[in-house]
Amino acid sequence: MSVTMSTRQVGDVTVIDAAGRITLGEGSSAFRDTIKDLVTKGDKKILLNLSEVTYIDSSGIGELVSGFTTTSNAGGKLKLLGLTKRVHDLLQITKLYTVFEVFDDEAAGLASFS
Amino acid sequence: MAASFEQQTQELHLESTLDSVDLADQAALELARKVGFDEDDQNSISMAVRECMVNAIAHGNKYNARKKVYLKLEAAPGTLVVSIGDEGDGFKDNDVPDPLAQENLLKQSGRGLLLMRAFMDECEHVPRVPQGTLVRMVKRLNAA
Repeated sequence: MSVTMSTRQVGDVTVIDAAGRITLGEGSSAFRDTIKDLVTKGDKKILLNLSEVTYIDSSGIGELVSGFTTTSNAGGKLKLLGLTKRVHDLLQITKLYTVFEVFDDEAAGLASFS
Repeated sequence: MAASFEQQTQELHLESTLDSVDLADQAALELARKVGFDEDDQNSISMAVRECMVNAIAHGNKYNARKKVYLKLEAAPGTLVVSIGDEGDGFKDNDVPDPLAQENLLKQSGRGLLLMRAFMDECEHVPRVPQGTLVRMVKRLNAA
């Protein structure tokens, strides 16, 4: 299964609930398109919920980074929520834990934007 | 079960398409389970095999339908050796920017080799004859 993504609005924060696999090909392009569409619409506070993402490869990590820079370049912020152990380990290995703001709790993630 | 498992070798020549990534992953995981790797180690092996296959297909063979990806899996008690070869132009370590350098952290690509090294106990690459690269990765049971 590749990634499925749904968005919901909580106040002025857009939460993306992602599920499945973010890998080279369909999964990573779906992710990229979703972020780009949101930023184009003017959504600049994005909380990406990865708690149901079972697998990310290096292409998927590249898409997370791309989403981060796309949002930052538009004056917004992309933050991460609910990392599984595997995704957490990947961010540690790649040192991206120092780049992303990461939250275990959705309320704390939402509050961080205000 | 690992206790009754002796030794098994499998060699495949795969197409340069992303479908081959899944085939290699499944074949490696089947042997990894026979060796007795736990779920965590299986995930590590899967990650390394998939990254290596993507490198071979996309960067090595550049999706060229005339080029194949060579996969060799060698399982023995306590050890799985995965060798993946492409028919590309080859590469040197110096050709690959350090993905952990501050100036490269926000680059979109270039982390595959880092992940392969992180998730396996050994990872080395050598030139193939007549052309290409062979990556050999080793995972051991209960490695520190």
